[in-house]
Amino acid sequence: MAKPGHLHFFIDPSRCIGCQACVQACSECDTHRGESMIHLDFIDRASSIQTVPVVCMHCDQPTCAEVCPADAIKRAADGVVQSALQPRCIACGNCVSACPFGVPEVYEDRKIMMKCDMCYDRTSIGRKPMCATVCPSQALFYGTGDEIERLRPHSAPINRFQFGQQTITTRVFVMTPKGLAGLTPHLDVTAAMDDDAPARPLTLKMADPFDEVELA
Amino acid sequence: MTPPDQVPKPPSPQALEPSSAQDLRTSIDTLSQPPDGRPAHQQPAWRQDFPIDWPQDQYIERRDFVKFLTLTSLAFTVGQFWIAGQSWLRQRGPALPALRIAATSEIAVGATIVFNYPEEHDACVLVRLSADEFVAYSQKCTHLSCAVIPKPDEGVLHCPCHEGYFDLRSGRQIAGPPPRPLPKIVLERRGDEIYAVGVEVRTA
Repeated sequence: MAKPGHLHFFIDPSRCIGCQACVQACSECDTHRGESMIHLDFIDRASSIQTVPVVCMHCDQPTCAEVCPADAIKRAADGVVQSALQPRCIACGNCVSACPFGVPEVYEDRKIMMKCDMCYDRTSIGRKPMCATVCPSQALFYGTGDEIERLRPHSAPINRFQFGQQTITTRVFVMTPKGLAGLTPHLDVTAAMDDDAPARPLTLKMADPFDEVELA
Repeated sequence: MTPPDQVPKPPSPQALEPSSAQDLRTSIDTLSQPPDGRPAHQQPAWRQDFPIDWPQDQYIERRDFVKFLTLTSLAFTVGQFWIAGQSWLRQRGPALPALRIAATSEIAVGATIVFNYPEEHDACVLVRLSADEFVAYSQKCTHLSCAVIPKPDEGVLHCPCHEGYFDLRSGRQIAGPPPRPLPKIVLERRGDEIYAVGVEVRTA
């Protein structure tokens, strides 16, 4: 069985409300029972409550598999990168260091790497991944390209990312504002980490919650 | 930037169906791409030995499979001849030297004598069953080589390591884990003296 080709995963971090529903749902997936593979990250916790759900992006050039010395990380024919093969994984943590998105995790107690596999038991038979079924704001959306175009007329999906010298295309899409998506051929992730990136086309001014407020 | 209607579709299952090994490799190029982006034939050889994608990883060429079957059967056949040859050599080996164990007067009925035969460290045990009956066996249990203890009263040889029992008259295993009878020492009576003259290894 393979993931149906017309269904795709779309992540829209701007819609994330940090409710943790995906984290809980993920731990109920049968491919990694009891462990949540999703990372709900705070962007800049001191100044913002913005969170972003991080699932495996399922790269077309899977760096985790490239660096695996034990040949343990495999990719299915439909492009879904799987967790490490249990008999092979030596829990060296190369994949953890290599993944540009910070997805894989090594479980030291059982000496294995586990990662998001897009709920392969579900998506391979045409169902949605656990996280996408529960996300109340649909920051995690699983469906066809037509659906996402109809539902998010002001956003456009991109799947090309730049990490320094490395360009990565992924099977999972990230939603960006339509105007921004038209300007850049890819999302420069490392540049976005720099606060004062000169070429950054979009900045969000956040109110400083620690500013002294004058009371009348 | 890719508009949603031009979202790149993963290759359909039909597209992954290989018509030959070469086709499979080229179709795999549409899946995981090496970091340098060069085509498959310019990649180092180890990439074909350790592929990332399932279809390539699980693909076994018919020729490789037949080769495996042939070589494995050949190895089994050669192994059989090897075993037969070893067995033949053992039977044809030089006769073992005779070793004097004891005089009949030195051993009472129901008593035992420990001796080494044919080599210095091959412990054996001689038991006098009755006035005219002598038996001798290697003392190494056929299970894990513990020393067996003869118990003439009970008519057995007992291995205390894993509770193995051998029949004292025949040396055959009667209880416990031992898989084979004890090697029997061929005895010869020369006048009043008992000599060990050979070892009879039995498989069942």
